[in-house]
Amino acid sequence: MTDWSGYIGLILQGALVTIELTVLGSLLAFVMAFAAGLGRVSRFLAVRALATTYIEFFRGTSIFVQLFWVYFVLPFAGVTLSPLQAGVLALGLNVGAYGAEVVRGAVKAIGREQREACIALNLSRYQSMRHVILPQALPLMLPTFCNNAIELLKATAVVSLISLTDMTFQAQVVRAQTGSTLVPFATILVLYFLMALAISSGMRWLERRVTRGLDGVRT
Amino acid sequence: MEWDWNFVWEIMPTLLEGLKITILATVFGAALAAVIGLVFAILRMTAPKPIAKATSFIVEFIRGTPLLVQLYFIFFVLPDIGIRLPAMLAGIIGLGLHYGTYAAEVYRAGIENVPRGQWEAAKATNLTGRQTWIHVILPQAIPPMIPALANYLIAMFKETPLLSAITVLELMNQAKSVANSSYRYIEPMTLVGIFFLIMSLISVVFLRWLEERYAQVEER
Repeated sequence: MTDWSGYIGLILQGALVTIELTVLGSLLAFVMAFAAGLGRVSRFLAVRALATTYIEFFRGTSIFVQLFWVYFVLPFAGVTLSPLQAGVLALGLNVGAYGAEVVRGAVKAIGREQREACIALNLSRYQSMRHVILPQALPLMLPTFCNNAIELLKATAVVSLISLTDMTFQAQVVRAQTGSTLVPFATILVLYFLMALAISSGMRWLERRVTRGLDGVRT
Repeated sequence: MEWDWNFVWEIMPTLLEGLKITILATVFGAALAAVIGLVFAILRMTAPKPIAKATSFIVEFIRGTPLLVQLYFIFFVLPDIGIRLPAMLAGIIGLGLHYGTYAAEVYRAGIENVPRGQWEAAKATNLTGRQTWIHVILPQAIPPMIPALANYLIAMFKETPLLSAITVLELMNQAKSVANSSYRYIEPMTLVGIFFLIMSLISVVFLRWLEERYAQVEER
């Protein structure tokens, strides 16, 4: 009978790496989503073109290809990244591109009359975005952001293929050492599912927070 | 290291071979996902409560866990209980199962969007259950679903490189083996990226066309 406690410890270590990747990747994705999403509704053509290129490029190729490209091709251009950095970069840029479309959609969904009211009140473009448009657009974005965060969590499994010791990688190690397949893979499936549940309940809490005081506004 | 066109032409046949497998996996995976999605959707909507609940949980579970791990599960764990699948078949089943859960949501939304009055009118004109589905509900439910389903088809196409992890010789795996044997990473990896970009740019145009076409049907 195999002593499982050491192997479970190994998988839990991997779980920490997976969580780290998910959190860092989400932060980068969040920043990129707003930068590119607001870039697409910019009044400058160059900014719009740049944002569109970024979004189409990262949505058009798969996360797997992007990750391998960052990890294997960038070193030839003189940029050497650790597997963790490569993982965060690829995940963040990829999911950020999906998030950008969400930001754009939500900002566009805010009615014309709100913008006209901002002009009537002589708010600057920054002020109207910050105090009028975004507070109303944020609740619209959150449910999709929740899905995106879960997609990002699931995409982190791919980094095991560039030898980053995340949960999937550790499960493979355990499989190689014990010859057992069911225990490690069933364990990580359950752990991934629990993490996904944690993300969706966290997002629901956040959603309640940001919709506070907006009850009469949303139809 | 410089970009070498001769090397590009040299590896092109190998990569195209891989692209063929990628497209095959996508097509079969999509067909399986369409069927599995329908089964899940119908089970969730019409089966007795415990079965519907269990189906919902299974769908949630599959959606909440990574495709890569599911592929490992199918490819490495199932042989232990006596089911030995070739890599390609395991990959297609994995893709079909994973995207089937997404398709199930699309089907459910599409069917629920058909107004109640249509069901009642079908009953009032004394149509049988079969007739109601085939002549009244599905013709109205399916067109609005098509863009969403096509969207998942593209998403699935972009996930096929994961099959390389379970030894399917698709585009990504061919590129990796070329890269490993010649120690040149720039060309194969970049070419794979370009292949995917071209395919998905084409499919984006196709998707826009689908959306326009089926949006018109809805407005009628």
